Parts: sequence; structure tokens; C-alpha cells
Amino acid sequence: MNRPLLAPQAIGPGDRPRVGGKALRLAELLRAGFRVPDFLCLPAEAYRRFCAFRGLAERIRLELARKDFSEMRWEELWDCATRIRSLFLRHPFPPELAAGLREGLARRFGEGPVAVRSSALEEDAAEASFAGLHASFVQVSGVEEMLARIRLVWASLWSDAALLYRRELGLDPERSAMAVVVQEMAVGEVSGICFSRNPAAPSQAVVEAAWGLNEAVVDGTVAPDRWIVDRGARRILEHQPPPERRRRLVADPGGTRFEELPEALSHTPPLSAAEVLVVVELARRAEEHFGAPQDLEWTRRGGEWLLLQSRPTTARRGDVGQDGRSWYLGLRRSFANLQELRAKIEGQRIPEAERTAAELAAVDLARLSDAELASEIARRRTIHRRWQEIYRAEFIPFAHGMRLFGEVYNERLKPTDPYEFTTLLRRGGLLSLERNRALERLAAILRERPELAARLDAGDGAAEDFRRELEAFLLRFGDFTCELGGRALCAGALQPLVRLLREMARRPEAPRREAAADASGLEEAFFASFPEERRGEAAALLDLARASWRLRDDDNLHVGRIEARLREAEAEGRRRLAAGGGDPAALQGVLAAAVEPKAGDGSDEEGPELFLHPRQLRGQPAGPGFARGPARVIRSPGELERFAAGEVLVCDAVDPRMTHVVPLAAAIVERRGGMLIHGAIIAREYGIPCVTGVPEAVRRIRTGDPLAVDGYLGIVTVGEGDL
Amino acid sequence: MNGSSACFPPPRDAPGDRELLRRLLESERFAVLATGREGQPYANLVAFAPGESLATLLFLTPRATRKYENLRRDPRVALLVADSRNRAADLAAAAAATGIGEARELSGTAREEALTRFLARHPELEEFARAPTCAAFAVGIRRYILVRRFQEVMEIALEP
Repeated sequence: MNRPLLAPQAIGPGDRPRVGGKALRLAELLRAGFRVPDFLCLPAEAYRRFCAFRGLAERIRLELARKDFSEMRWEELWDCATRIRSLFLRHPFPPELAAGLREGLARRFGEGPVAVRSSALEEDAAEASFAGLHASFVQVSGVEEMLARIRLVWASLWSDAALLYRRELGLDPERSAMAVVVQEMAVGEVSGICFSRNPAAPSQAVVEAAWGLNEAVVDGTVAPDRWIVDRGARRILEHQPPPERRRRLVADPGGTRFEELPEALSHTPPLSAAEVLVVVELARRAEEHFGAPQDLEWTRRGGEWLLLQSRPTTARRGDVGQDGRSWYLGLRRSFANLQELRAKIEGQRIPEAERTAAELAAVDLARLSDAELASEIARRRTIHRRWQEIYRAEFIPFAHGMRLFGEVYNERLKPTDPYEFTTLLRRGGLLSLERNRALERLAAILRERPELAARLDAGDGAAEDFRRELEAFLLRFGDFTCELGGRALCAGALQPLVRLLREMARRPEAPRREAAADASGLEEAFFASFPEERRGEAAALLDLARASWRLRDDDNLHVGRIEARLREAEAEGRRRLAAGGGDPAALQGVLAAAVEPKAGDGSDEEGPELFLHPRQLRGQPAGPGFARGPARVIRSPGELERFAAGEVLVCDAVDPRMTHVVPLAAAIVERRGGMLIHGAIIAREYGIPCVTGVPEAVRRIRTGDPLAVDGYLGIVTVGEGDL
Repeated sequence: MNGSSACFPPPRDAPGDRELLRRLLESERFAVLATGREGQPYANLVAFAPGESLATLLFLTPRATRKYENLRRDPRVALLVADSRNRAADLAAAAAATGIGEARELSGTAREEALTRFLARHPELEEFARAPTCAAFAVGIRRYILVRRFQEVMEIALEP
């Protein structure tokens, strides 16, 4: 078969399983005499040929088998989707298919422009929900560009949200396929949608319209005018204009762009009353034809009314189910949206977090009465809860900044490593790196004058300068060492910090870490992949991504500082309770609600199962490199005190209280999954091998187990492999 | 080669021994690799591909594995390639070849050439194959022991 594309006339009612709902209905509309922009359909067998060629299907299967789906966090879903998307971007078309496509597309559309849209094979109800999940591109010019978009439409079958949704519906992703519609671009002056029957009031139809292209109405980026029409009487019952008509989406050689509406149009509804009724009539005819209420997309070009899409009215844009992960995936943000978020985070939230932490630090807890301390603990808990909420609602979504950049970068440069883009984001400006550099400097002092440590303990005046340096450090970065030696050493004690510095001083000073990423070549290549006039956009996107990368790390510290102040107050409360006397009732009450930090003695409380030992555990290759070393399983920050240079850090998740040991670590293994989570970011900054998303890491690995961490393949090998 | 259905013996015009060996090596994707350490045998599955000729078989392994450690200490190996499909009929219909020889780790252009050949057979293992931690081995086979029709055994020597 070397005519891979189907013309509308060749599509019959039985073809749904291969052409999908969209292509089927467009073909039917054409047959019924509706004006529809001409199109060709690339049926599902082309997708299957592409996947069967050179093992793509098996590679997808390997990617999906990496981890049990139900155990994946949303970040891992994104990673899984990113790697699969990257496979699609890089995978060659089978030569015959490519030749057939080039020939067929050029013959029908010349250089375009065309729209390239997904046509999902699922049944109607599911399809409507998938509509928002699968990709669609407009204004695509040139046959090669059309082929590139076809890949991306296929790849969108594997987007994180689509993966999640398919699983929720019980559909097997490995059996899914997709058809593609390549359609003549209909550039109308006015566009919109129409419900032939208002789902809420079946005697009415609803029309929405805006100046410009239809996509802006469909995705909600331009607020439309809205009319409610009485179907029987063919009479407009109500016209709801938008708050303002400010801009419209227009066609552009490189795609689409928004432009300000000319003054005159901003005061004019996009449809006259008569035209509203023309649209309703179109919808009524479509409803009659399909025998069910319809949800239409239409545009008006010159005097011509074109139908872009007609499907049964169901839940229009799918709410991606009940799975908690969909909440995060739903936070897909547009570039503009992310920029607003950035302004808010950098302009308001971070300064506010710093002020709050400083204000709390200024409170002298020792001077408070027991009752005052109790209410101070409660106050801090409220503040901390609020910041956790901000973290969830604003800081985490902002991480989509680097993801958005990653998607664009991979699309433009198709690198072998889908995480190559992170090299461009690393700038060494992370707070935790700054803190680690300060630690290095202090360790260097101890390395030169080891006697200082003992003198400090003895309260020797000769160590006064050093003491001041240590105190300055704690002031600047917060007393994260508070938990290093257990709570007893809290409240400004220097010993845990000194102990850490001694450990650091034990190894020779080396400029070994902080992988100095030479990203200049990649950066040039990235910009060069854009036409001159779009480089400004590219630069803005890179800048946004860098801010997102930085925040992904720093946010932990910002919120961590506030948490440290809460823990400090709780520790003071516990100390007083233990000492007895005073007003225990008030403190007992407020402390009962506190989560007692685990004491952690470094031993395995639960103990691994006796006869089942892990040998190789799989996770995500989150930081390239290979290293061996004995495991140090960390269950609470208190256990970090025992961390020795050259050990492999094994933990649930690297949190801000732990990053200082990262430069000491030979490698990192985390239970929590993701290529762009905090631990992975720090590991990449230091060039340390890192494997994340190992479900059994903390449970199955014991401190002291010899580990080999393969950060290229995401494999952790445990033990000596005796026979 | 998938053998014939359960009720029938192999067709009379079954391929000759060398031809059967060639078919086995070119159609099967996985082999059992046997290595040893201090007298203790060890076996595991590997994806393999024939090298330039049937005298060489290629396989990959991460370096932090038992088999890699075994090979480092003692390069002598056996590789078993079989087309049985877990059916009773396999006894009569399936064939198996055991190759005996020495494995050596490849580097430089030899590694690149071997990977190209290997990935033509197993394109889905590209990411695995290209990882710096993945070792490529070529096994120089001295002879094959070919078994079919339950107990018919032939030896095919690749050196005099």
C-alpha cells in the first residue's frame, strides 16, 4: 500500500475503527452537502506501520514497563510521556510510508497551509474528553512540517494526561492507535461553536462567536459573545457580550498569533442577529443528519459558512477523572500564564516568605510564658500550613515552566537525551548550592586548622573568629543542622554543624563537583532552530524555564525556613514539658497535634524480609553517571549525622535539610520518582549519578549494602553478586 | 523456525544442519548465557545477535552484573539458542544449538560495528546499548552442538 492517505469519498460508515470519529463525521458532513474544508485522513494503520518499524512499539512497551503505572507520581507520568514523545520525534518514518505521504500531501495541499488534527478511535463519549488531550496544529506549511506535525499528533496519544485518562477508562495504551486528519486551513474572520441543544435547556440552542480563528474560542483564550436562541421560534432570547473584546487570533506564516482588535470591531458583536440564526440553522441540520444533538465548530470566511467539526453533545472538555494526579496534570499552563505566576512568586511570595521567616526568627521563645509559647506554636502551625498551600497551588505548578521549555527544546532539536535541556537551565544560582559552597569554605578552614574544632568545644578564645563564621552561616541559611544530631542539640548549638564540617574536611579539597555545564553550544543551537523573528520568544521561554528550575529547588528552602521555625517552637515546648513545672496543660494540648520527628538511630526498624534480597532495582535515570559505594539509608534528617563521604544516599526524597550531604555522596537513590524533582536537580548540578523512583529503595536496601548506581540506565545493583 | 503442529513430525525436507543453525541464530532473539565462577555455574537470558559470521555471537550487559563479573574472571562461556515454545511437541519439533567459546568485551570501532549489527536485530534496545555503562561482548564460537528430533545431536566445528 503506498497510498496511505484516504480521501473523504473513500471513507465509509464502517471505517470508524481506522479513521476515528472526527474524520468519519467530516466525511459524512461532506456527503450530506455541508461545506467542510477539504481534508485527507491518515488512518490508524499508518500509525501502526510507524510503530512496527524498527521496534518503536517495543520501545514504548519498555518505557511503560519501567514501573507499575499505579505507582507513578504525576511527575513520573510526565517523564514517561516525555521519553515516549522523544521517541516519536526521533523515530524515522518507514521510507515507503514517507514517500506515500509526501506525494499525497503535496499533490492535494501543495505547500499548505493546513491544519493537522488528531482523530481518536475511541467511542464518542470518551472522544469528547480526549479532544483536549490530543494535539492539534493549525497553519502548518510545507510537506516536511506536515510530517513533523503528524508525528506530534501521534505522540500525543501518549501525553501524560492521555495516558492517565486511558487507564482510568480501562483502555490498554498498548493497543491504542490514532488516525490523523490533514485539512485545508480555513481562515475565517469570525468563528465559534454552537450547541444545537443547550444541555441545560433543550428547547434552546447556544451560539458562541469571536473575531478571528476558531481555536481561541475552543480553548477559551478569547472570551466570546454568547447568544441563547429559542429553537422552535428561531428567536434570540438573550445576547451576552464578553466583558471586553480585546484581541483576536489570526493566521501567521509561522502559525497563529493574537492581535489587538481594531477599535471599530471591539465595539461590534461578531455576528448579527440574522447570522446567529444562520449558525443555529447549520446546527439544526447537522442534528437532523446525525440524529442527535450536536456540538459544532464553525467559521465564516467571506460570505461562506464552513463547518469545522460536528460531534454529539456530551461533556465537552473532559475533566480528567478523579485520580489525584490529574490535578497536577491539569495544571498545564500557557506561557503567558506561567509568566504571571512567576511575577507573583518572585515579586510577592518569596519576599513575603523571607519576611515571615525573619519575623518568626526574631521572636525570643525563651522569654515567652508557657501559655504564650503554646499560642506561638499554634500561630506558626497556621502560617506553615498556609505556606504549604501556596507551595502546592503556586510553586509546584510553576515547575511546568521548565517542562514547557523541555517540550519546545525537544521538538526543535530532537536530542538523544530527552533531558539534555536541563543542561541549559543549570546556572549554579541555586540557594542550596550557595549554602553548600559556604559549607565547603568552612570545611576548608577546618582542613587547614583541624585543632579549631576541639578549641571550639573547649570554649577557647582562639577559635572565636571561627565561631563567628559558623554563626553567620546559621543566620544566613537557617539552622538546618538543628535536626542533625537530634532535637537535644537544637537552639543554636554548633556541634552538629562542626561535626558535618569535620566530615567534609576529611576528604581532600577538590573542585570536583558542581558540574560546570558548558551550555553555550546547546544554547546557540536552540536559538538557531528558530527563525530570526521568533528568537525573542525563545529567549523569554528560556528565561522563564531558568526561573522555574531555580524555584524548583529554592522553594523547598523558602518553605523549609518557615517550617524550621515551627519545629523550633515545638522543640522548645517539648523541652519545657520534659523539664516539668510551669503550665503543662496548654503545651500538652498544642504539642499533641505535632508530628514528632522520628528519632532515627540509623538501624532498620522494620527490617527487610529475611529471604528476599534485592539485586537490581529499577528507577528513572535522573542523573547520568555511574558510581559504587556503601548504602546509607536515611529515614530522618537526624540520621544524616552519620553520613560519610563516598556513601550512597538512599532516602525517600532529598529534602532541603539533606542537600548539604549531597556533595559528599557517591550517588543518590530516591523512592520518590521524577527526572526534575529536587534531588534530581541537585544531583545534576553536582554531576552525581542519581536514580529516582525506586519504590523499594528505603525498604529493601540496608545501610552498608554495597551499591552500584547506574544513572544512565536507572538501575541500582545491590550486593556483591556472590554465587 | 516455529516447528509444525503437534500431530506431525518435522517435514521430510527439513533443512540441513548448517542451514538449521543459521536459521536458528537469525530468527531467535534470546539466548541462555552460561558463565561460571570458581566452579559454580551461572545461567541467564540475554538478547543476542549473530556477528559478521556464525562464528561470532554478540550480546550486551551492564557492567554491574554477575555475568559481567564472571566474564571478567573467566571468559569461557556457553550460549544456548532454542526455538522451543513450551509445548509438548517441542520435543520432536524444536531445535536447539549450544555454542561454546570465549567472550571478549569490545571497544572502539569494533564495539560500534557490533552495536550497529546488534541494534538492527534489537532496535528497541538502543537506549540500553548506547549507555556508557553497557558492555558489548563478542563470543568467538569454537563449535556448536545442534540438537533436533529429540536426541539427534550434531557438532559443527568452526575451527579445524
